[in-house]
Amino acid sequence: MNKILLIIQREYLSRVKKKSFIVMTFLVPLLFIGMYATIGYMFYKKDDLSETQKVVVIDDSQQFISKFKNTPSLSFTYSNEPFNTLKRTFQNSGDDYLLHIPDTPKRPQLISVKKPGIGVISEIENQINEISRTQELLEAGIDTSILNAKKSKLNIETKQLTEEGNEEDASSWLAYGIGFVGAFLIYMSLFIYGVQVMRGVIEEKTNRIIEVIISSVKPFQLMLGKIIGVGMVGLTQFLLWIILCLTIAGAAGTYFASELHINKQNKEQVIAKGITSDSPANEGAAIVTALNSIPVAYTLGTFLFYFLFGFLLYSSIFAAVGSAVDSETETQQFMLPITMPLIFTFIISINFVINNPESSLSFWLSIIPFTSPIAMMIRVPFGVPAWELVLSMSLLIAGFLLITWIAARIYRVGVLMYGKKASYKELIKWFRYKE
Amino acid sequence: MLHNKTKYMLSVQNIVKQYENHRALDNVSLEIKKGSIFGLLGPNGAGKTSLIRIINQITAPDEGQILFNGEKLNPDHINRIGYLPEERGLYKKMEIGEQVIYLSRLKGLTRSEAIKRAKYWFEKLEIQDWWRKKVEDLSKGMQQKVQFIATVIHQPELIILDEPFSGFDPVNADIIKNEILELNAKGATIIFSTHRMESVEELCDSIALINKSKKILDGKVKDIRNSYRNNTYRIGFLSNDRTLQPTSLFHIVKTTYGEDSNELTIQLNENIKLNQALSYLMEYAEVNSLNEVIPTIHEIFIEKVKAIH
Repeated sequence: MNKILLIIQREYLSRVKKKSFIVMTFLVPLLFIGMYATIGYMFYKKDDLSETQKVVVIDDSQQFISKFKNTPSLSFTYSNEPFNTLKRTFQNSGDDYLLHIPDTPKRPQLISVKKPGIGVISEIENQINEISRTQELLEAGIDTSILNAKKSKLNIETKQLTEEGNEEDASSWLAYGIGFVGAFLIYMSLFIYGVQVMRGVIEEKTNRIIEVIISSVKPFQLMLGKIIGVGMVGLTQFLLWIILCLTIAGAAGTYFASELHINKQNKEQVIAKGITSDSPANEGAAIVTALNSIPVAYTLGTFLFYFLFGFLLYSSIFAAVGSAVDSETETQQFMLPITMPLIFTFIISINFVINNPESSLSFWLSIIPFTSPIAMMIRVPFGVPAWELVLSMSLLIAGFLLITWIAARIYRVGVLMYGKKASYKELIKWFRYKE
Repeated sequence: MLHNKTKYMLSVQNIVKQYENHRALDNVSLEIKKGSIFGLLGPNGAGKTSLIRIINQITAPDEGQILFNGEKLNPDHINRIGYLPEERGLYKKMEIGEQVIYLSRLKGLTRSEAIKRAKYWFEKLEIQDWWRKKVEDLSKGMQQKVQFIATVIHQPELIILDEPFSGFDPVNADIIKNEILELNAKGATIIFSTHRMESVEELCDSIALINKSKKILDGKVKDIRNSYRNNTYRIGFLSNDRTLQPTSLFHIVKTTYGEDSNELTIQLNENIKLNQALSYLMEYAEVNSLNEVIPTIHEIFIEKVKAIH
């Protein structure tokens, strides 16, 4: 036991002392924050960033005159000139879009010099539909007072929906983010630290120090010590990242907070398109409620659990692979079965599980030990029944024990094999060797 | 330190090690006396390393058992053995002082004890200035010294050296050889394992020859060589002008003519004394040297292997 501690200590210190570790520790949060700051800036300021584009409306039907609403990105003007005349001079007019609504408003046309963005098209489409629906209602004989009454009734319902939707929206947006970040971190770290374990094993083999070591300790102790040591390096790095990010975020937060808050509301208003939430305070409260609805300790706990056991499981496979080869270039044939489930799970997780956390595929992915560290991490912020979590965690522990046992049997033979090209058949043979 | 009554440091009893397609050790038994220098000899692939790995508890035998100082081999013995494997190396990026301390702590030394002894050995082998250097900055000879220190720093009762002098330059080989003899004089039992039999023959008290997984010969070097004496002598003589007549006393194995002296290797026929042959020869030439040709272990080995096939 004492010897395992020694090995853990060496594996840990030799990595933490490296320059690359220190560089990574400071660089990654800066990169992330830089990235998110840029994205966030563009997201919140996109209306300011993009110039307001001018749309000239030629409305032959006369139904839409003065009914388009200006948005921060689109401003509407109306023209009575014939479409064909205007079309000819449009290029030099300085306007961005020319919207032609024919007499029967079946096929409105949008003319532009540049290719219009999807946002622009859908914005205009929505407005046209809304206006024409109101028009149709009026034409159907529903008089204004009834319509207004109806509208106010509708409004109440919408308001409820919005309120609930807002809260839902906010909390699912948060769950989305937390799930994604958690799964992404686990996915990345399984690779980064798993490969570090593998490199460590290969290094000991190519340095020929392995036999010196295993004449003092059991191969299993060395393997476990290395895995735990590297795992602790990973945890240290996470911890430093979290501290650094919180510090920077805290500093940045106080600076940007107010501005961000206002922008957020603006954005919500744009999305809600006219259905304005009556009190901004409510919305802020909703976000706070959402934040509170995500239990930090619970989420962090499950994250640590899935990182740790996912790492233990995968890195023992990485260790077995490292033991089977003489150099890193030979690892390729064994890498695919490790990387495939990881990449597969990650892609399915961020595209499917995150949108359907309750589906049966999501359930199975979050139960199977090889896929659960990533898939479950996506699901956790959305709320997972306790029994599923217990089952998933138990299976992951069981899977880790089984895989480590298998890996250790391959490892103990592999580390002493030089110049033998390992195949899967060979690995099975090693596994069967008696001690 | 426990002093057991047994006179054997190591008793290897009927060891069998079977790998999938070949038997690495086939019923091998050996006894190694305390304080002796033992040679485990045989060509590559004979099973030497398999046996050494079993002694070091890296692998376990399928059959048979090993007694260490009279006790059945168990994990407590690991710290009492020093092992220099044939495949040996060091962590490239680790300072050698730290490295030696790490390796000796894995053998059960405390940190302070490890530092003390490492300093002693670094000074003894004159590499103390290199304490904080990394392996990649060291010459091959210095790396070997570091490896040797790591092997013996925990004062093992049994030191196992697998191909100890391969890769050593002659100067370093000599330094290490003397250190080994010194440790042996202080009571450590030494096992040399090598396929280069001539390199350790003169150092070993006893040897065992292993070929194709089987022990084919063991015993004291002197006894073995004596038992393989076959009345062969090498006689140096000055020029002769007469041709040697065939005789019933001996037959000539080899004749070499040199510039100053010539050499004749003869094997006496049965029941013939050396003196008889000598007096016969002296009639022909002026004898100026006489040596008995005792076969080397290598020659005995070749002969044994041939005899088996």
